Amino acid sequence: MRRRLSRLWRYVRQISGDDAYERYLKHHAEAHPGEPPLACKDFYQRELERKWSGVKRCC
Amino acid sequence: MMPEPRIMSLIGWILISLIGASALGGIALHRGEEINSLWFVTAAICVYAIGYRLYAAWIAAKVLVLDETRATPAERLNNGRDFMPTNKWVVFGHHFAAIAGPGPLVGPTLAAQFGYLPGTLWILIGGVLGGAVQDMVTLFFSTRRNGRSLGQMARDELGAIGGSAALIGTMMIMIILIAVLGLVVVNAMKHSPWATSTVFATIPIAMFVGLYMRHIRPGRVLEGSILGAALLLLAVVGGGWVDHNETLRTLFDHEGLTLAWFVIGYGFVAAIMPVWLLLAPRDYLSTFMKLGTIVLLALAIILLQPTVKMPALTQFIDGSGPIFGGKLFPFVFITIACGAISGFHALISSGTTPKLLANERDIPLIAYGSMLLESFVAIMAMIAASVLDPGVFFAINSPAGVVGKEAADAVALISSWGFPVTVEQMQNLAKEMGEATLFARTGGAPSLAVGMASIFGSAFGQGLLAMWYHFAIMFEAIFILTTLDAGTRVGRFMLQDMLGNIYKPLGQTSWLPSVCFTSAVVVAAWGYFLYIGVIDPNGGVHLLWPLFGISNQMLAAIALAVGTGIIIKSGKLKYAWVTGAPLAWLAIITTTASWEKLMSSDARVGFLAAANGMADKLANGALPPEKAAIAPQLIFNLKLDAALTLFFVIVLWVVILDMLRMVSRHLSGKPVLPLSEAPHEPSRLVEDWVRD
Repeated sequence: MRRRLSRLWRYVRQISGDDAYERYLKHHAEAHPGEPPLACKDFYQRELERKWSGVKRCC
Repeated sequence: MMPEPRIMSLIGWILISLIGASALGGIALHRGEEINSLWFVTAAICVYAIGYRLYAAWIAAKVLVLDETRATPAERLNNGRDFMPTNKWVVFGHHFAAIAGPGPLVGPTLAAQFGYLPGTLWILIGGVLGGAVQDMVTLFFSTRRNGRSLGQMARDELGAIGGSAALIGTMMIMIILIAVLGLVVVNAMKHSPWATSTVFATIPIAMFVGLYMRHIRPGRVLEGSILGAALLLLAVVGGGWVDHNETLRTLFDHEGLTLAWFVIGYGFVAAIMPVWLLLAPRDYLSTFMKLGTIVLLALAIILLQPTVKMPALTQFIDGSGPIFGGKLFPFVFITIACGAISGFHALISSGTTPKLLANERDIPLIAYGSMLLESFVAIMAMIAASVLDPGVFFAINSPAGVVGKEAADAVALISSWGFPVTVEQMQNLAKEMGEATLFARTGGAPSLAVGMASIFGSAFGQGLLAMWYHFAIMFEAIFILTTLDAGTRVGRFMLQDMLGNIYKPLGQTSWLPSVCFTSAVVVAAWGYFLYIGVIDPNGGVHLLWPLFGISNQMLAAIALAVGTGIIIKSGKLKYAWVTGAPLAWLAIITTTASWEKLMSSDARVGFLAAANGMADKLANGALPPEKAAIAPQLIFNLKLDAALTLFFVIVLWVVILDMLRMVSRHLSGKPVLPLSEAPHEPSRLVEDWVRD
């Protein structure tokens, strides 16, 4: 039961983008070791700019 | 041991088919007074299950030939940002949130004037055989082309003509879409201080959430959204206080035209503001509200099984309906639009979603499955419209220009159609919903809100009807405004992209003068159509919604034409009907509808007939002075609508003929543009975490 709940929580965080920064840090550490990652604030803003530069919402 | 589960599954599917068939038969053949809405839910679920399990699986295996060993763009081009292999349920959630908009709520509400049956059948059949197929095929082809957009695919596969037509078509549909959605919000707020103050309050709430997510607790999306959602509910309650306060309520009591100016000004300011401050946080809130309300509505319908009071068919299938003019064929298809087939989805299925796909075998779930869910939302909207007494439904949705300005005239006329309703009944209903009047509240939003409020009210407490009504209005308004912002932004980017070819600096998306100029152009374009709708004596929805439906179905036809072209070029001519048949149907209904909109001699259907009729009346002095003053403008607007219709149908046929030209060259062995599919690379993603 607890495992299920924690899986559901992980899913909710991922789908809402709540854990985006954590995932970015993990990806950054793997793909570009040695380079300093963006701060959370800057990452958040850069992501929003990218997300909203294309068609993201429909009729 | 193998055969047993197979036999069990076969028996299961036969059972589902039988239940589905009897539910559908029940809906179709029922001719009594009332029918239980559980029949609708049952029929829908069975049809979706069969469509998904059999048709989508067959298309995946035989037509598209999904290859699960092939690396997707998300894997090959993984950059941790837009290209990123993602859990299929997460992608499903993102994709559904992106495609689900206000369209499937409004379309079925309007189409209910024909009775519940035609709309319901088209939502189910069109969804399973058309809309879901379009979404799935587009997602697949875009995935095979590194997530390229529909416009780019049209250019790569058909040629420059088809490509530009697709691009211009997309731009135009965006303009009409925003205008008609803006009109729906304006009509819902007109002379309703409660609705207006609640909708206005969503703006500072969204900005507060934006500040919270950016500065107070950076990146804490869930916290911010929950906080914002709580504030939104407070805003609904607060709207009630405003409504009961004599001085405050006059501040928020406005004419349609004033509200339209607010919406236009708001649209411009929102388009040049940073995304993090308004657009992004409001989108988080509207997504929360949208998913929450859809789940709540589904639960209420399933638990409560409200009774559908609308007849299966009304006399208005002959084209004399009060909500919009035009016969059942082709206007039921044009009106339902997004609930069954939506061209707009092709823009999401190409571009955004394919870049997140971890494996091709997730495509049926994500594209076909999301569209089925969207179609189910449309079914729920149809139920919400049909649980109202038909007399009440027509009194809310019929414009004053058709049924008369006086309540007594309106109820007399509506009752004479065989849908009894009284002035007293409408007054009581308006009082219960906390509104001054519910007569002639066109646009679909108020009648949907009354339907939702009566369903929610009987499921979760009758005493709060006014709260539920305004909650429903707020819920519709908040994501209509999100679509309005997001659409203006996309329109701006497209315009900047085009203008950048003429004068370079205009193409820079961060250069402020260019941002202001292009945003103003886009806002002016949709603002004008919104203005047309607002000054129209009949509420405007009957003008703009068919135009939107035609443009949306045109875009769907473009997506299906690109898909058909690629299928034939891949040497699968015998399967071309999978996209070719829905394409042919869309071509027929869009062309017929455009023809009627242009040529019909009935002034309630044909734009030109209406323009000529008004010009004659103006010349003869038969118009009252206040109407005569705006008549020249109305005549110009009607002609503009006619020109736009003609433009849409021309774009449609340019793309179809370009596709047929390419196909006939290909079939006769002449050279055509090569398939632009990215080369096969084996997938290395074996970890289960991405997929499960």
